[in-house]
This record gives sequence, structure tokens and C-alpha cells, in this order.
Amino acid sequence: MDSFLTLIQVLDSTVRLATPLLLACLAGLYSERAGIFDIGLEGKMLMAAFFSAAVAAVTGSVWLGLLAGIAASLVLSALHGLASITFRGNQLISGVAINFLAAGLTVLIAQDWFQQGGRTPSLFAGGRFEPITFPFSEALSGVPIIGPIYSELLSGHSILVYVAFLMVPATWWVLFRTRFGLRLRAVGENPAAVDTAGVSVVGLRYAAVAICGVLCGIAGAYLATGLQAGFVKDMTAGRGFIALAALIFAKWRPWHAMWACLLFGLLQAVALRFQNIDLGGVVIPVQAMDALPYILTVVILAGFVGKAIPPKAGGEPYVKER
Amino acid sequence: MTVPAIELKGISKAFGPVQANKDISISVAPGTIHGIIGENGAGKSTLMSILYGFYKADKGEIWINGKKTDIPDSQAAIAAGIGMVFQHFKLVENFTVLENIVLGAEDGGLLAPSLAKARKELKELEEEYELFVDPDKRIDEIGVGMQQRVEILKALYRKAEILILDEPTGVLTPAEADQLFRILDRLRAEGKTIILITHKLREIMEATDTVSVMRRGQMTATVKTAETNPEELAELMVGRKVLLRVDKVPAKPGKPILEIENLRVTDSSGVERVKGIDLTVRAGEIVGIAGVAGNGQSELLEVLGGMRPGSGTVRMNGVPLALSGPGSDGQARRAQGIAHVPEDRQREGLIMDFHAWENVAFGYHRDPAYQRGIFMDNAALRADTERKIEKFDVRPPNGWLAAKNFSGGNQQKIVVAREIERNPDLLLVGQPTRGVDIGAIEFIHKQIVALRDQGKAILLVSVELEEIFSLSDRIAVMFDGHIMGERLPHETDEKELGLLMAGVAGEAA
Amino acid sequence: MDKMPKWADVILIPLISLILAAILSTLVILAIGENPVEAVNLMVTGALGSTYGWGYTLYYATNFMFTGLAVAVAFHARLFNIGGEGQAMLGGLGVAMVCLYVPWPHWSIALLAAMAAAMLFGAAWAAIPAYLQAKRGSHIVITTIMFNFIAAALLNYMLVNVMRPAGSQDPATARFPEAVHLPTLHEILAPIGINFSKAAPANISLIVALLACVVVWALIWRTRLGYEIRAYGHSETGAVYAGISPVRITIVAMLISGALAGLMAINNVMGEAERLVMNSTEGAGFIGIAVALMGRSHPFGVFLAAILFGFLYQGGAELALWTSIPRELIVVIQALVILFTGALDNMVRMPLEKLFLALRKEAN
Repeated sequence: MDSFLTLIQVLDSTVRLATPLLLACLAGLYSERAGIFDIGLEGKMLMAAFFSAAVAAVTGSVWLGLLAGIAASLVLSALHGLASITFRGNQLISGVAINFLAAGLTVLIAQDWFQQGGRTPSLFAGGRFEPITFPFSEALSGVPIIGPIYSELLSGHSILVYVAFLMVPATWWVLFRTRFGLRLRAVGENPAAVDTAGVSVVGLRYAAVAICGVLCGIAGAYLATGLQAGFVKDMTAGRGFIALAALIFAKWRPWHAMWACLLFGLLQAVALRFQNIDLGGVVIPVQAMDALPYILTVVILAGFVGKAIPPKAGGEPYVKER
Repeated sequence: MTVPAIELKGISKAFGPVQANKDISISVAPGTIHGIIGENGAGKSTLMSILYGFYKADKGEIWINGKKTDIPDSQAAIAAGIGMVFQHFKLVENFTVLENIVLGAEDGGLLAPSLAKARKELKELEEEYELFVDPDKRIDEIGVGMQQRVEILKALYRKAEILILDEPTGVLTPAEADQLFRILDRLRAEGKTIILITHKLREIMEATDTVSVMRRGQMTATVKTAETNPEELAELMVGRKVLLRVDKVPAKPGKPILEIENLRVTDSSGVERVKGIDLTVRAGEIVGIAGVAGNGQSELLEVLGGMRPGSGTVRMNGVPLALSGPGSDGQARRAQGIAHVPEDRQREGLIMDFHAWENVAFGYHRDPAYQRGIFMDNAALRADTERKIEKFDVRPPNGWLAAKNFSGGNQQKIVVAREIERNPDLLLVGQPTRGVDIGAIEFIHKQIVALRDQGKAILLVSVELEEIFSLSDRIAVMFDGHIMGERLPHETDEKELGLLMAGVAGEAA
Repeated sequence: MDKMPKWADVILIPLISLILAAILSTLVILAIGENPVEAVNLMVTGALGSTYGWGYTLYYATNFMFTGLAVAVAFHARLFNIGGEGQAMLGGLGVAMVCLYVPWPHWSIALLAAMAAAMLFGAAWAAIPAYLQAKRGSHIVITTIMFNFIAAALLNYMLVNVMRPAGSQDPATARFPEAVHLPTLHEILAPIGINFSKAAPANISLIVALLACVVVWALIWRTRLGYEIRAYGHSETGAVYAGISPVRITIVAMLISGALAGLMAINNVMGEAERLVMNSTEGAGFIGIAVALMGRSHPFGVFLAAILFGFLYQGGAELALWTSIPRELIVVIQALVILFTGALDNMVRMPLEKLFLALRKEAN
């Protein structure tokens, strides 16, 4: 029973840790499905994390914080769009620039506003997203197996967690059941087909990049106002890149993205809980757990476990040709 | 006097310093097929791209059905009833036919009703114009002929009254092309107006009612097709009498240089492109490979040039060549006396951003003559370049210019100079005159014949039947990875070769 | 014809990009309520106003020359090596092992051995992404990013669990022995009568970096291998036609790139810290991207850009010391330089091309 509770706790922590990954991963999915590579997920999340925490700290309203985080992330998205869509620049280099811009600006502004060494003040009630408790979870918690699953694992997360997981079917539906989704997928495969069909390639790609910005904004806001209580320097800690890895892992498909993010979330949860794991004399150091998502991604990229084929027009700026 | 379906008045368009279209005016009557003919680079495609809203003209007006119409983008062109079938199809390969047709012409935010409606309308269109395709097949599952139909259906689904086709037969077999022309007839009978862009005289004579000729960005004439003839059109196209045959003495074939037995090539996606061919090229002869683009000719050249792996037996001067693994790359081929003028000089034969003098070493950059110790002997290279520029009359004669700053003809001269001057036993030549002006074509053809007369073996691949006829001493026709047969040029004609190219075997190979 | 003269491409565009980055940085400084003129003054005196300042500027510049060259060599083969950071970390590991575990009689021999180890370790860390790109088509940008994280975890493990001296709490190696101490600029210049700051960390590695610039220049523009790297970078199909193996060039170019990034460790690990600490690279691997972009992947350009970033780094440290502007200002400037010289290149280029075209038309 003890180990069952531990399992539930680890899974619960998995869900929390997978949430920012999932939001960022779906963000990247929209962008990359439209043919715009985005290695700037990390920077957008970081920027959103800072602004959401800062505004929540100042106003005391987590919702205003969320809006501010989304707005900040959208500004960086617009910059990425400007560089990679309007000026047809290198999307990878633009992403690198955005990551540094966020890393620098967040600390710079944090220092200017709060003078706490590049962090925001800690957030208290109202400035954070509170857990939502499902009905009867108190009553059911005593029921074996189902009780803990319901009251510990499913209930008791902040609203953004549920938003993130609801985004999965929503994304699938948008992508495969709507006109917008058809056009979005088309523009990532063959923008010339979209252009000659009389639909604006630029408009579609900006729309995709904007959606990416909104989702990264939510991801960042969750980090600073849901998962933790305030912003600290470099708090994304590579999550944007793990999300990118999950996207490749998922081969750019929404449901697979969810499973990939849960897997990487699980790895983080295990590393957090157990530190060095002793497996009958052989100690697996915590650093190995830290590195595992990256190693797994390299393995996937190497194609030993099924080849990941990105959208055909991905990374290439669209230039009209005769 | 009926109102013209399309009228262009004084259209001009420049790309940087290049004047692509200069004061062009044409008028096309409704319910007719109007041809526009001209050499590569004459400005035909630019003109039609302006009409389809892809480019904005610097000057001039477009009138559709007697109304002055602004066409700033493709959306406006579609609204004005114009449909375009591009030379390179604009289809999403992993979408179905139906999804491609609906894309951009959906009826609402949700996909399902749009698809259902399109399926119904498609059926009606198919029956009306006899254009049958399977709506649920994915584009990458159907052939190019079918893909072209999808493009036509896309235009018709958008209620196009005017249909522009840009070089539509480039990827088709003669039989498929005939089928296309029957479809065009049908469309004309239903009152559609069609503009057919091509550089092939035969198609103009067969299919069109009127024809306009373009040369160097200008419209040189518009005539009724019935009142002209191919010779006159050819002259209008190039501005002087065309030399249709290369002067050459009969070949004196010697010993076999290249012997191919049961050569097979599978491409990177696992499709077998060359399906077991046998061919011999002797010293002092030009063997031409005819065929519609995409029937394995390119892969054949690339295997022989060391650019991709194959299997089977290939002997060069009696010595077997490695067809895969070590010793099968371009360096090994060059060492074995094979020179290669590749099909695509811009992507393969030259590094467009390199100076001409760097390009003169391309592929031979490990030649000891170009080395000095551990460094490359750039001075020797530049001296060598100057000699070649002079001998091959490359213009402008400036070795420091980047390859991209030469015209197509002069780029090709650099490649041909580099390869022929190695004095190879075997020269592989792919599409030697694609995108090359007439003057350079003559020069390049003469160089190839001269090499043959020195007793070298030459294997020529070209999709231009005329070029095959005028250069080859022996013609092999490829279809679907097989050689359908070999013919001597004076014993065959375009019709017979056309049948072979379409896979109708005269004698099984 | 080229759309504009070569000098405009090589000098004018980077210059305008730099000015744009400078203007935006000024706005950032204004926005956080500081005086930009004063800030620049502080930076210039702090970085260039004394041999102490110069000593730091040149020390940083040495790092950036190595990482800038690393990125530049990969760029020539059209490979984007974001893994300079991880490769430099591994280089540090190599240097630390050589310095700690082998008793060296003299610094000069130790330097040669350390260089070999740094290059070997750096190249080895680039080898796997290179192989995966060449053989399996795994995107090198993603794999090198992943390898940065893996390198950080590996270094963390080595410093905490393996190389930390007994009794020390600090995740760092022991100090290197005195015998492997590299001559600083102070020690080099003193015999010829120049009095250079004793406290500044610039050392003989600077000369190695300058030599590396010359060697890379000769490699890229004067050798057969350089010719092949550039040809492959411009056109992969062209390379295949010419019998240049894409697999070989991808791997070789990345090995050279990784070796150059690793080589940085002789400066920061052996020359300055004289022990291996966590985060010894301080982001220099990433600055190499900005340096290579600004230097247009030419060794001389890399040299100039490295000096500029050396100045920014030292100036930024001084700023952080004397004002309330944190060091992260430099990260912002670095981001802006990458943005303008890399991603927004066309924003600067397109109007300029139009301008030159108009000028030419007028002249005709």
C-alpha cells in the first residue's frame, strides 16, 4: 500500500511537471506544422514566466499575470515571425536569438523592478493558481485504489493543468477537422499549393506562430504561478528544449505529444523524488536521470526507434517562384 | 466583334537589372486556345505569373471580359475566373485528391461539409469534361498525368473560365500529351478560354487557334496558327534561321568503351528506377538516350557518374566499375576516364557562389596539377581558367566572376570546357542545352561532335527529341526504367520514338 | 550581376546591424533608468582604459575566437553547431585530466598536451552529433543542443562524484600544479619592458588563438579540404557530383569545429582558473554564434568580432560592478547581434540592395 501511494505521488508530480512541457510542445506543434521551426520555445516560456509572476506580484491577480505572460510571449512570437516569415531569415538563428533575449531581458527587468537579484517577490494567495478540488474527492479518498487515483492524481491540480490536457483533443480537432487545420498542415508541407489556391501563406504562418506564442505564454505562466510561486532566473531550465524533444518524439502529432510529455514528466518526477537511485548495488546518479530526456531524444533522432519525418517545408522560408 | 476574354495592354516587368517583359500586348478571344511560344527565358512564364497575380507588373493593364481588372494576388485572379496549371504542380503530396481540390475553396470553418460538397461537384465535373480521378487517393500515390488532371480540376472547381497551362507536356508521354490536348479541346467546346505556354512547335501547330511568339521579353508576333508554319515560328522565336541539324560526318565506331549489363538502380525511397538495362557505347560514337523525363535516364547517368549506387555490371575499357561502396564516387569515375556534364548545372555542375576559376577545378580539385605542397595552387588554376575561357569563348571573359553571374549558356560552356578538356575516354552528357541560348547550343553541340571525332565515346541524355536526333549516331529509348529499343536516327522518326517513349514496344528489350 | 558591391556585403551590412543592436541596447539602458553615455564611458574605461581592463578584454576575446572559429568552420559546411558550449566543457575536462594526472616538467610541454587533450575531447563530443547527421540525417541543431545538456550533466557528475578532492564541498577539481601555470601577458611582456597588469588573466593562449585564426583561414581558403568544405556548404548535390563525400565532410567539419571549441579550455581552465569548475565556459560557446555571424564566418571577421565581444564582456562586468545594470545586459546585446546579423539579415540587406540598384541605374 505504501508503494502504491508513492506511485500515485510520483504520477501526480508527473502530471504537474508534464504540464508546461505539454503546453510548450503543442505550441511547437502548431508552429512547426505550419513550416516554422521554433527552437525559441524556451525563451518564450521564460519571458512569459517572468511577466506573469511580475504582474501577479504587483497586482495580486493571477489572471492579469496570465494575460501579461501571454502578451510577453506573443511579442517574442511576433519577432520570430518578422524574422522568419516577413524577412525570410534563418528560423534556427532567430530562435537562438530569442532564447538569449529572454534570458537577458528577464533578469535585467527583474533587477530593475524588484531589486532581488533577478527574481520576483514570492507569490501568495491570489497571485497563484490554486488547486481545484473535484467534488467528493474528500469522501472518496478512503476508497482503495480508485480513491487515491481520483483525489490525488486527477483532482487537486490548478486550472492550467486541465487546460493543457484539454488542449490535446482540441488541437487534434483543429488540425484534422477544420478548414484552418487543413490549410495549416498544407502550408507546412507545400506553401506554394496554398499560395496558388489563393490563401495567404504569410497570414497562415503568422496565425500559427501566434498560437504558438499563446500556448508558450500559458506554459510560462504555469511555471511561475502554478508549479512554483514566483520567477527565478533561468527557471525554465531547458524545458523548452525538452518540449522540442517531445515534439520530435511525438512525430508532430497531438496525442503522441501528450504521451511523450508524460514520459519526460515522469523522468523529471522520478529524478526529483529519488535523487540517486540504488538498484541492488548499482547507483544511478541523479545526473543520469537529468540527462535521460536528452539522451532519449538523441536516440529517437537517430532513427533507431522509428524515423521522425518533419513537415516537408519546415525551416524553409517561402519564396514565390515561377 | 466579340469582347476579348483577356486583353493585356503594355505589360512591363523588370527583375532588378533584367527586363523580363517589355511592353507586351495580347488579346485572346473567348472560347479559343491561344498559344504562347518562345525559348526558355523569353519571359512567357513571367507574363503568365503576372496574369495570375504572382508578380505585379511595373506597367500595363489587364482587361478581363472587357473590364479593366487589378490582379494583385492569386485570390484576385481566381475571383476573375482565371485558373493556372503550373509547370511544377502545386499539390500537397500527403493530402488526398479531394483535400487538394478543396484547399483554399472551402465553404466554411468545418471540413466535413466542404469535402462532401466537393465530392459531389467533382463527380459532375468529371462527367462533364471526362476527367476521371479517384478523389480518395493521395497525391503521392498517383502518376504525373493524374496529378495534372487534379490541377485542372482544381481550376474548374473554382469556376475558372480562363485556363493557363505552363509547359504542360514536359512531364508527359506523347500519349498522355495527346490525351491532354483532347481534354483541352473539350474545354474549348464548353466555352473555356485556354492559354497554352510551350516551347514546342509541334504542340502549337496541333492544339492552338492563334499563337503569340515571345523573344527576350518582347512579343514579336501574333498570328493565326492556320496561317503560319513551324519554320516561320522558329525563326520568329530565335530571330534567325535555326540550324536544326548539326553538321557531322558519319560515325566510325571503334572498340566498346562502356559496357552495361543488367544495371539496376533503386532510389533512396526504395523505388526501382532503372530495371536491368544493357547498353554499349563504343569509341567514336554518340549514343543518345531518349525518353520522357523521369523514366530512369537521370538515374542511369548518375550511377555512371558516381553520384548514386546501383547494381549489375558496368565495364569501362574492359575494367569493371564499382557501383556501390568505396571506389564508386565521382572521384573514382574521373580517375577512370569518365567526364560528366550533369543535367542540372546550377545544382550539380557548378557551385554558383564560387568564382569561375574555382569552378574550373570542381571535381578535379584533387588533381596534382592544382596542388602546391599542402595548399591548392590557385595561380595555376587561374591560368588554366584563362585558357579555357578563351578557347570556349566564355563571356564575359572574367575568371573572378561568380558562376551565378554568367548567363545560362556561358555557365554551361564553363562546365563543358572543364569536362571536355580533361580529354576523357567517355563523356556523359545530360540535357546539355537546357536553358541555353541558341548561339551557345550550336557551340556546345559542335564541341561534343568534335570529341566524338577524336574517337571518344559519348552517352547523351536529353528530353529534347530534336537534340537526340541531331546529335546521336544511335538512339536508345528509355521507358519506366527499361530500354525499349535501339534505333538508328536515319531509320526512325519522331512517331516511332514517341511510341517507344510511351512504353509501346516495337521490339522487347 | 551581383546586387551590390562586395564591400557593402562584408562591411556595411554587419556595421549597420551592429548600429541597430547598439541603438536598441541604448533604449534598454534608458528604459531601466540608467544613462547610456555614462554606461558606455564606464565600459570603455573599464575594458580599455588600463592594461588590467585590456587583460580581461583579451582574455574573453581569446575564448570567443576559439568558439567563433568553431561555429564559423561548421557554417562553411552549412552546419549549425550550437554545441560549442558542451564541446568547450568537455575540452575543459580533457585539460583538467592532463594537468592533474600527469606530472609535467615544464608548462610548454603541458600546454601542447593540454591542447591535444582539449581538441580531442571537444572533437569527440562533436563526433556523435556529426555522425548522426551524416549517416542518419538527425538534425544537428537539435542533437548539439541535447549534447550541451548531456555535457552539463556529465561534468556535474565528474566534478561532484569523481574529481572533487576529498574533504572539499566545492564541485571543482583541485588546483593544477605550479608547473603547468601558463605565462600571462604580464610575464610575457615584462622582459621586453612593457608593464602589463599582473592581475589580468590574459595569457599565452591568446597567441594560440591568433594562430588558430591564421590556420583556419589557410584551411578554409587555401587547402583542398577547405575547398571541399565550402563546396559542400554551398551545394550538397554539387558535392556529390564532384565526388566529395557529404558524410566525410560533415564529420570532418564537425570534428574540426568541436576541436576548436574544446581548445578554448586552455584559456579558461588552464590559463585562468587553473582548476576545473562548474560552468567554467560561462556561455562562451553560445557567444561564438554571435561572433561567427558578425564576422561573416571569416577568420579575420571572427577576430574582430571576438575583440568586440571581449570588450562588451569586460565592460559589462564593470557596469555590473559600478551601476545597478546586471551583467545580463551583455546577454541582451549578444541576442540583438545574433538577431540582426543572423535572423534579420534581410531586413538590412533588402533596402540596401534596392539602394545600390537605384544608384547603379542612375550611373548608367
